[in-house]
Amino acid sequence: MTTLAYTLSDSRVMLRRNLKHQLRYPSMTLMLVGMPIVLLLLFVYVFGGQLGAGLGAHEGRRAYLDFVVPGLFLVTVAAAVQGTSIMVAMDMTGGIIDRFRTMAIARVSVLTGHVLGSLIQTLAALAVLVGVAFGLGFRTAAGPVAWLAAIGMLALFAFALIWLAVALGLAAKSVETASNTPMVLFLLVFLSSAFVRARSMPEGLRQFAGYQPFSPMVDTTRGLLTGGGVGNQAVVAVAWSIGIAVVSYVWATRLYNGRRAADPS
Amino acid sequence: MTERNGDGIVARDVCRSFGDHLVLDHVDLDVAEGSIVALVGPNGAGKTTMVRILSTLIPADSGSAWIAGCDVATDPDGVRAVIGVTGQFSAVDNLLTGRENLQLMADLRHLGRDAGRRRVDELLAHFELTDAADRPLSLYSGGMRRRLDLAMTLVTPPRVIFLDEPTTGLDPRSRRTMWAIIRELAADGVTILLTTQYLDEADQLADRIAVLDRGRIVAEGTPAELKARIPGGHLRLHFAGPDQLHAAAGLLPTAASDPDQLVLQVAADGTADSLRELLDEMHRARIGVERVSIHTPDLDDVFLAITGSPTTGPFDGEPTLQGVARP
Repeated sequence: MTTLAYTLSDSRVMLRRNLKHQLRYPSMTLMLVGMPIVLLLLFVYVFGGQLGAGLGAHEGRRAYLDFVVPGLFLVTVAAAVQGTSIMVAMDMTGGIIDRFRTMAIARVSVLTGHVLGSLIQTLAALAVLVGVAFGLGFRTAAGPVAWLAAIGMLALFAFALIWLAVALGLAAKSVETASNTPMVLFLLVFLSSAFVRARSMPEGLRQFAGYQPFSPMVDTTRGLLTGGGVGNQAVVAVAWSIGIAVVSYVWATRLYNGRRAADPS
Repeated sequence: MTERNGDGIVARDVCRSFGDHLVLDHVDLDVAEGSIVALVGPNGAGKTTMVRILSTLIPADSGSAWIAGCDVATDPDGVRAVIGVTGQFSAVDNLLTGRENLQLMADLRHLGRDAGRRRVDELLAHFELTDAADRPLSLYSGGMRRRLDLAMTLVTPPRVIFLDEPTTGLDPRSRRTMWAIIRELAADGVTILLTTQYLDEADQLADRIAVLDRGRIVAEGTPAELKARIPGGHLRLHFAGPDQLHAAAGLLPTAASDPDQLVLQVAADGTADSLRELLDEMHRARIGVERVSIHTPDLDDVFLAITGSPTTGPFDGEPTLQGVARP
């Protein structure tokens, strides 16, 4: 086998390991799937009446459901990031990583296993959320092409942020830190156009919302699913994703390869 | 770099510090192919750091090391292809079952589906883990985890194995099982570097012993050679009362008397003749000896004599073991 074939084979083995971990540690998966659903119910049935009125639509709550579902896709991605960061940090505290590092295997496969496992988990959580949204009466004008484009965009964005999560998990000194740091990403979701239109925000906040990665991502997904058009937001979202992915990949692999043994003797 | 580096483990002049703390101070180490060397030393002596350097986990600050002819610094992948490491903290995946852990290793060694499965079954049977194979590791005992850990190292038989404190924390029975497994590996011609705090373990298993103390190799040799460095043992004569003890002490002015325990300690080499001579002398003086015990030097004496000496390390301020060496 060639080096590439070994890397692919080792990554597949590590992916299988991480999928098994997800099954053996179901509370993480439940959080990932459950939290966006709880937020969806909260935002539609508690806040949705008033927030929907602000959209100026006839059936406020119903209109708000259509508006907020793409935002909750991003909540799901942010939750996946937190889960990945925790899983990576937990993995690094165990002795098995030192064993991997003394074996002649493709080094990056430990990380790609985490990334691919989390990506699959995220897409599954998104599928559940879509099912629940349709159950609540979510309407979309999107055809198969628009759906595929939306899924592709979300997968790309999730891929980028999961690499960021791997780096954060590696950088964390403890599992607690790894759990707390990605909370910033949740804040970014709330400070974006996920739950309300950015133009309803005060001046400074509106500018911030306009220049952070979650807003173009939400706007692109929303445009694709509601048929409102995406404009240049798709380009901005793709650029953010690629940028975050490249920087995070380099950061994560450097952290992993340079990782020093914690025990000094 | 030009040095002939052999097929076992060779380390020359290895230094390593963590911050200001010099953990390894110009360490030389040789493990001949197919032999077992025990690296013995107290906690913090640098044993684990040495294993981490030799197994490519961390770089040395200076010095060189070769494993089966591969340079640790310049050819880490060559080293990784021939070594197996069983660490102090078990290197197993806690969320998988025993069988899945072994299968993971088989997959990463690219054994192929059928060969991999066969090897996993073989190892489960050999290490008496077949019944527990499909249980999660949370239900494994300490001894089972160590056996699984070692089995994972052996999925493809390595030429060189590092065993970092393989029996620490195990009960006596599990320890003996591990010893039997390690002897078996050595019989198969595997080169083994073993670290341990237990001198009886080194005595039982190792062909040669290197004593590491505060980052330096302070003694090296076969167990017999090291024991020979400690001059003779002693006899302890136990008496029924202080009168007899006093009389015997008068007869043997060089012996150390312990009035509390009614014991007289006499330097002796432990041969039958020296014992007979001593008892005859007591008999002739009509001093009744209740009981005799013989103490022959073991590795503990060697260890304390070597590492307990205040001249072995640069840290004069540290407490030494001298005070507890011998009564």
